[in-house]
Amino acid sequence: MNALTKPANATDARRAARSHILTPRLETPFHPRLAALDEVNDWYNWAGYKAPHALFDEELEYFAIRSTAALFDISPMVKYRIAGADAERYLNRLTLRDVRKLPVGRVHYTAWCDDDGHVLDDGTLFRLGEQEFRLCCQERHLSWLLDSAFGFTVEIHEETEAIAGVALQGPTSYAVLAEAGFAGVERLKPFDIATFAHDGGTVTISRTGFTGDLGYELFVPRQTALSLWDRLWTAGDGHGIRAIGYAALNRTRIEAGFIVANADFVTAEGALRADRVRLPDEIGLDWLVDPDKPNFNGRRAVLDARRNQTLRHVLVGLEIEGNVPAEHAIVYHRGKREAGLVTAAIWSPTAKRNIAIASLTRPYGTRFVDDLWVEIYAMRELKYQKMMKRAKIVPRPFVKLARRTATPPGLR
Amino acid sequence: MTSSDAPLKTPKTAAHSYDAIVIGAGHNGLAAAAKLGRSGRRVLVLEAANAPGGAARGREFAPGFRSAGLAHLVNRLDPEVARDLGIALAATPGPAMPTAVLDGEREPAVLRGAYGETIDGVTADEAAAFSRLRDKLVFQAGVLKRFLRRPPPQLGAIGIGDISTLMAAGFGIIRKGRAEGRDFLRMLLMNVADVADEYLDDDRLKGLLAFDATLGIHLGPRSPTSLLGLYYRLTGEVDGKAGGQFIPEGGMAAVAPAFLKAAETAGVTIRCGARVGRILADRGRAGGVVLADGSELTAPVVVSAIHPQATFLQLVDAAETGTGFLRSIRHVRSAGNVAKLDLALERMPNFSGLPGRDHAGRIVIARSMTHVENAFNPAKYGEFSPDPVMEIVLPSLADSTLAPDGACTLSALVQYAPYKLKAGWETGKPAFLKIVIDILERHAPGIGATVVAANLSTPTDIETEYNLPGGHWHHGELQADQLLINRPTGTASGYATPIEGLYLASAGAHPGGGISGLAGWNAARHILAGGSR
Repeated sequence: MNALTKPANATDARRAARSHILTPRLETPFHPRLAALDEVNDWYNWAGYKAPHALFDEELEYFAIRSTAALFDISPMVKYRIAGADAERYLNRLTLRDVRKLPVGRVHYTAWCDDDGHVLDDGTLFRLGEQEFRLCCQERHLSWLLDSAFGFTVEIHEETEAIAGVALQGPTSYAVLAEAGFAGVERLKPFDIATFAHDGGTVTISRTGFTGDLGYELFVPRQTALSLWDRLWTAGDGHGIRAIGYAALNRTRIEAGFIVANADFVTAEGALRADRVRLPDEIGLDWLVDPDKPNFNGRRAVLDARRNQTLRHVLVGLEIEGNVPAEHAIVYHRGKREAGLVTAAIWSPTAKRNIAIASLTRPYGTRFVDDLWVEIYAMRELKYQKMMKRAKIVPRPFVKLARRTATPPGLR
Repeated sequence: MTSSDAPLKTPKTAAHSYDAIVIGAGHNGLAAAAKLGRSGRRVLVLEAANAPGGAARGREFAPGFRSAGLAHLVNRLDPEVARDLGIALAATPGPAMPTAVLDGEREPAVLRGAYGETIDGVTADEAAAFSRLRDKLVFQAGVLKRFLRRPPPQLGAIGIGDISTLMAAGFGIIRKGRAEGRDFLRMLLMNVADVADEYLDDDRLKGLLAFDATLGIHLGPRSPTSLLGLYYRLTGEVDGKAGGQFIPEGGMAAVAPAFLKAAETAGVTIRCGARVGRILADRGRAGGVVLADGSELTAPVVVSAIHPQATFLQLVDAAETGTGFLRSIRHVRSAGNVAKLDLALERMPNFSGLPGRDHAGRIVIARSMTHVENAFNPAKYGEFSPDPVMEIVLPSLADSTLAPDGACTLSALVQYAPYKLKAGWETGKPAFLKIVIDILERHAPGIGATVVAANLSTPTDIETEYNLPGGHWHHGELQADQLLINRPTGTASGYATPIEGLYLASAGAHPGGGISGLAGWNAARHILAGGSR
């Protein structure tokens, strides 16, 4: 409806106000390009957006990340702009890590908790200026962020729709950027941010990603999303660039040992069952907690749990014998005592190992680390083939690539 | 004791370091300070105003006429607190202070003794019915009373003391047999109107119960749980009798000095005119305060005997508390509903049909339950009552220094007068004052012509005068959702707060408002017992 024409009556006005129900899945700014490249029509719902699970072949898409360059649309990622005189102090109270130690032009991975120390989400915090930040995460938190703003001079805007994001990952990703004319991008070290001219405006490029590989994430206003895509696509022509879906990305993030909210742990605001919430130390995020920095949400609860030894879970990396992925398998101690659950598992083509991320109930995984088994049910033509496989706790990441951190990065 | 000329930017020396700092010299702050001081601790009380007393602080509201503050009678001073701290506030020997209920038509119904042990002006049957109801309510209030003198049980950390209190309450309920126990559980969350209808016929008595159950609470008599307010009233006692009331010898102006003396006797230092600007806290641990003039005072224990919202929304850096905690503090319902009227009169008024000596009692204008309910209705929509109900006391009868010779002061608590008046109190106040004076004129003909000065304090005025967010003298609604383990909010309900070393001790903490001294005394005892959360 034309915004200038008044609705004829109240009923029309109501209908107009809820026109969003006609498009239950939003399309991202890159959707026209994704739709054109799509061969398998395998879409899923990512935070209300239509996102590709795969575009042509999950296996080949995976190898695009590990062997050439892959473009992955991250626009549905929830993004908040946080700015103001108290922005640093505000974020320091909100999140676990010390934001005072995050210089302008840097990104850090962090997480935030409720008052009880239960993790609300994890994400990346971009320091775009002295008083200007972007927080990227999985779930929506506007009401929590706004309520947290009481007593601080800070402005918070949700910019998920306004900002398009695309991850360019893989060994030739730097070559693609260089070819596309982003001069100086070679100086970016991991977690650095810089802005470059693009299509009459700017593009923010950070050397970040979710693959454990050499890679970058690029953010632009949604109006210049397609021109950015085309610029990368053209430049990537000789560098094996491919557009990929989430299935391939998920494999690489498991290899890198990264966790995903509401896959490897349940977020505190999303959990329906009281025992599903997790303290940072229970999902492998203990290293983010900084007891020396000023007070932050959940500080007392986390430190009390450490002191009183009431932590109940632990997140571990597992290497499992055989080659059948153990997704959502139950972990046993000595083959009979239930010890936990596998939250993510794949056969890793790069590590050539059967790997998994698992949540164990302490003392399994802390005091009892040996004699662990996973029970895999493989459906084989309408019959479960039950396998009890030996599992070994191993450090994450499962795959460590020198090119991820090499600066300047290689061209191939 | 008063000094507003505090030195600037003081260094950290012994002179600026205490064992405990109490913020606010209201009666709860002084009670907490006295209790702490008696344990040998060095205690400092900081009061923003130029005199101690908090809401019991007197002021001159017209030349030659003084008001003793917000409260105009005492009905719940805890005897254990008074004994422990040596607070000598007692009624003048003689008959108990009566309550007269005026409906403007019949002769007043006058309740004598403690909450109507005998009643004048009603039939013998009605008096007997009231007595049965009164006995039942006093018994039931007695069951609840045992919870008032100790911190509320902390979920997840229930101690032996909590269990014994709960068991004692359980035995208390069935002490009079199963039927009484069942009746208690039936009535606990009822509304006062239905209960009164079960027992009474006389509209004046029902009106009184409705008024007493809802005074200072945003409920009408027909609102669910409104009986709780009456229970709360009846947990108060005077001379061992539930429901009593009195004005101490020397008048209400004697209240603040009595608490002050208890604190000073305990060796407490009290500084008035010393407004706290900030409570110092670092990584979840309180360490003292910074005064508005910038000087810093340190103490490992900071007791905030002011409104919980004033404490956490004004004095504590938001970064030092959690988002969830602050959210719950901001959601504490604390919009006052009562206006306080102080009248300066040329001479003593004469309320129609009221015997002369009963003018020294409490006078309630409430025709019926419906009158109170109708008075409440507009308050739900941000309007004041066009036909309000009120409680009147003539303070100068007990304390002749309040008014010039021959003249008189009148104090009235008038409801409903919602804090958030839709039309705004600037225009609302004169209109509401006129309504109140007109009502007084109806019940005490000629009073209007003798008014020398009238001072109406709306909830917004009370908020400003006493630094009480919402102008609510209970420091937060006294309703089921803000009692016990939820007063003022879950994680701060046991006097300790999420900030180690910072304690709450005002009416906003358990058990609530009224001059009982319990919140401050309980808080201090909790601190002395280790003060854990």
